[in-house]
Amino acid sequence: MSIRARYEKELKDVFNNLVLMCRHIELAIENCVKALSERNVELAKEVYAEDKLIDKMERDIEQSCLKILMMESPVAGDFREVAAALKMITDLERIGDQARDIAEITTQFGDEEYIGKLEHIPQMAVIVIQMVKDGVHAYINRDLTLARSLDKTDDKVDKLFNTVMADLTALIKKNPDSAEQAIMFMMITKYLERIGDHAVNIGEWVEYAITGQHPKT
Amino acid sequence: MAEKYNITVRGCDLFYGDFQALKDINIDIEEHEVTAFIGPSGCGKSTFIKTFNRMNDLIEDCRITGEILIGGQNIYAKGTDVTLLRKNIGMVFQKPNPFPMSIYDNIAFAPRTFGIKKKSELDDIVESSIKQAGLWDEVKDRLRKNAMGLSGGQQQRLCIARALAADPKILLMDEPTSALDPISTGIIEDLINELKTQYTIVIVTHNMQQATRISDKTAFFLLGEIVETDVTEQLFGNPKDKRTENYITGRFG
Repeated sequence: MSIRARYEKELKDVFNNLVLMCRHIELAIENCVKALSERNVELAKEVYAEDKLIDKMERDIEQSCLKILMMESPVAGDFREVAAALKMITDLERIGDQARDIAEITTQFGDEEYIGKLEHIPQMAVIVIQMVKDGVHAYINRDLTLARSLDKTDDKVDKLFNTVMADLTALIKKNPDSAEQAIMFMMITKYLERIGDHAVNIGEWVEYAITGQHPKT
Repeated sequence: MAEKYNITVRGCDLFYGDFQALKDINIDIEEHEVTAFIGPSGCGKSTFIKTFNRMNDLIEDCRITGEILIGGQNIYAKGTDVTLLRKNIGMVFQKPNPFPMSIYDNIAFAPRTFGIKKKSELDDIVESSIKQAGLWDEVKDRLRKNAMGLSGGQQQRLCIARALAADPKILLMDEPTSALDPISTGIIEDLINELKTQYTIVIVTHNMQQATRISDKTAFFLLGEIVETDVTEQLFGNPKDKRTENYITGRFG
């Protein structure tokens, strides 16, 4: 195998592991919100294990990227691809943490009836899962249009966040006893909103990998 | 020669007989900067740097057109003092090539050629040149010993000191560290970094990391043409031409 072919194989391994990490993250977000909707504490606890696995995957990909940087000293597009992967996995790992945080809150509701119907939170989850997927796919397929679209999609997430906040504020005003649960729902909503932000960051690193320019610089 | 020692090249073509080795070369090389030339073997890098001190004059059948200006003056114009030109342009080669004589005589060679005879004056030039090349502490006690007894890295620094002893304004280096170990390479790279405050430096290198470490600008040569010249960080971070990217990432061919 030529040196170049070996390099491309190493990079392909990073790509494959990123896709795998992305799948686990999608699953973690899906399950934490499902656990919340279905009041399934066991499922919530499964997300903890998922997060541990995601953390390990981050470390493995990080090691692979550092090894490539040290051994191959890549330049130009090669360097940007590895640098972008290194930055992206930090965002992905944070997303995993936030799914875990949502799962943890889910276990704290006890048997009390929810103060309202869950409507916007699952909607937010669907959108942010797609955003994470799009971010990683944009990287793998070098799809600049898809990477740049994430910022726009995030506006939808922010809008839902504001809607939930308004709903919860109204609920607290109407019935101060609902405050405790309202705060917990608010935190969950905030975590989902942050996941959207991390997905936007991923899109920005994809843009850097493709164009050499980070949109924020 | 002029007071400024920047190099401006416009529309330079060079032929060895019927073979065109350089095609329409255009570049601006600034003073007090290190400019690296990179590219595959046989792409014209060495041929090109040799046009700056007219070493190609020595090759039969070599024909050059276009303009090469140093400090705004065309060095191929009639009446150019080629000896003075070469005095102002020091050159260091891939393989250390000390003369088979003492360390002292190696360094004193150029000043003597240019008429300096006074011992104290020669002593000063020898000491300051060797000091500038970072070799003084290693050889000060054996200046009368044969230079061939030095290590490869020391010999190369001696050659740099010998080039500096002629009081040049421009330093051309053709793969100056390719025959050296990483420690000697590191010492010479540090030296290049220090020397650029006083000289215009052009270096040919096959070592991409070396180009990124020491040069301010890089020019990529391919098949006798300059494909791309840019600030080194830009050229290695985000090259504009696909051929540059393919070469520096090892996907060439």
